[in-house]
Amino acid sequence: MKTLDKQLSARDVVAQLADGMTIGIGGWGPRRKPMALVREIVRSTLKDLTVVAYGGPDVGLLCAAGKVRKVVFGFVSLDVIPLEPHFRRARENGAVDVWELDEGLLQLGLRAAAARLPFLPTRVGLGTDLLKHAPQMRTVQSPYGGEMLLAMPAIELDVALLHVNAADRMGNTRIDGPDPFFDAWFARAAAKCFVSAETLLDTLASEDLDLARRNTFERSLVSGVVHAPAGAHPSSCAPAYGWDLPHLKAYCASAEDPQQTAAYLRDVVGVDEAAYLQRAGGPSRIAALPLPIL
Amino acid sequence: MSDSLDYSLAELMIVAAARLWRDDGEVLATGIGAGPRLAAGLARLAYNAGLMLTDGEAYLVEAPVPLGPREAGYRVQASGLMTYERVFDCVWHGQRHALVMPTQIDRFGQANISWLGDDYARPKTQLLGARGFPGNSINHANSFFVSGHSKRTFVAGEVDMVCSVGYNPAREIPGMRAFIDLRSIVTDLCVMDFGGPAHAVRVRSLHPGVSLDEVQEATGFALLAHPEIGVTPPPDANDLRILRALDPHDLRASVVRNNPAPRRA
Repeated sequence: MKTLDKQLSARDVVAQLADGMTIGIGGWGPRRKPMALVREIVRSTLKDLTVVAYGGPDVGLLCAAGKVRKVVFGFVSLDVIPLEPHFRRARENGAVDVWELDEGLLQLGLRAAAARLPFLPTRVGLGTDLLKHAPQMRTVQSPYGGEMLLAMPAIELDVALLHVNAADRMGNTRIDGPDPFFDAWFARAAAKCFVSAETLLDTLASEDLDLARRNTFERSLVSGVVHAPAGAHPSSCAPAYGWDLPHLKAYCASAEDPQQTAAYLRDVVGVDEAAYLQRAGGPSRIAALPLPIL
Repeated sequence: MSDSLDYSLAELMIVAAARLWRDDGEVLATGIGAGPRLAAGLARLAYNAGLMLTDGEAYLVEAPVPLGPREAGYRVQASGLMTYERVFDCVWHGQRHALVMPTQIDRFGQANISWLGDDYARPKTQLLGARGFPGNSINHANSFFVSGHSKRTFVAGEVDMVCSVGYNPAREIPGMRAFIDLRSIVTDLCVMDFGGPAHAVRVRSLHPGVSLDEVQEATGFALLAHPEIGVTPPPDANDLRILRALDPHDLRASVVRNNPAPRRA
């Protein structure tokens, strides 16, 4: 019998991606973003991606690197720095298409895809300009009384990229932070899901059954796991480490002009993740980054 | 004597905003931004013990979490869970009253935090995106907090991007059912509501020393006056004691530019 071993390198994951794909990215704003995988995309020749996200530095960095054709989003924000400057510049230059959604509508689109449905009905979005700017969103009349609702179309992903606290080689995952966000829906809406993890074990099996409650989607959804300590940097990965505010500020400052952006991509993101982490102060500095106080 | 109390304009605004939750019963009180968040905390402690609050991360709390760096040994005490997924469930069920700070608001109560300009493909200024405004506005009670009352915020015509549904008949879709419940707008000049004919915006109270003409002059659309328009009630000693305990680092000092005192009446 062949055993399951889904371990891959970040480069292996990117090798399975293709130009023009629709890629969903887990996490929320500056929280638990699979940045090691995102940086590997930046280092690749991939282009024309459609990115679906509760956006933070993932969306901004991919826009900065010119990898994005379209962004499907409810927001793009670094929270502590409300406006994401690289995304902002891409938008104000007309460099990316967008499909702007309400946060909950984005979830409903993923849920529809996850359940292999064409749409889910909701009131959210009715009466707003979301519909004006996205004519693919149609209304539907309830067969039970005739109420007119928005038919939120399924958002089918070619690939989902997630970052978790712990995973095993079979694809079991655990999110230790207080909020699992919508990672499970990204996993379920995608044809393939790749997960990077702070800790990669042979097995997550444990007598501590409470740990299993932190598993939010089953391993059959996971195509590959990548060992990526500090892989969410500069976003946070609660409870392990907080976001790196000095780094985020430098990243934001590099949106000032194309030369500085190019310098960030060349000198900070660089060509190699291990060297990136060393430049960011090394795993010990990142592990000691305090959790944000809100 | 309450008129001998010393308080800032921001404190007057935050206390006025806290009182908006007084009769809401058990709903999730969400305040986005320092002023609104302090208002929600004060509301829970002084005006409505049924309100539910979060720690700003993922937990429900019964004691509002103070703003900014915490004393050594401070630990959040969670009474329940409120992940973002559960926030959406709560929103769609309607048991929430949010206090938010839009970039633009129009005469219909439609609000914008997404982008400015007239070209969706190339906005003049990209802001946050619509966030939860579409879902919030059609599902539960909402109030607005505006720290600089001006025609830039209170625009003529419609907002550049309608993120929040308001009371605009032109945007009703036949057969749609909307639970739109716009309550109040607290600004640095006044408190307004949506109680005029066809939900027109009315000035409910003026802050000390502010005239109705001045408010109208700073607003891009015509305002009505509430028939019992008065002066915004001041904070009392209990309000100020609680508020200052919730904000030990005085983040409320940055709510209104230059942190002025209220004018003398």
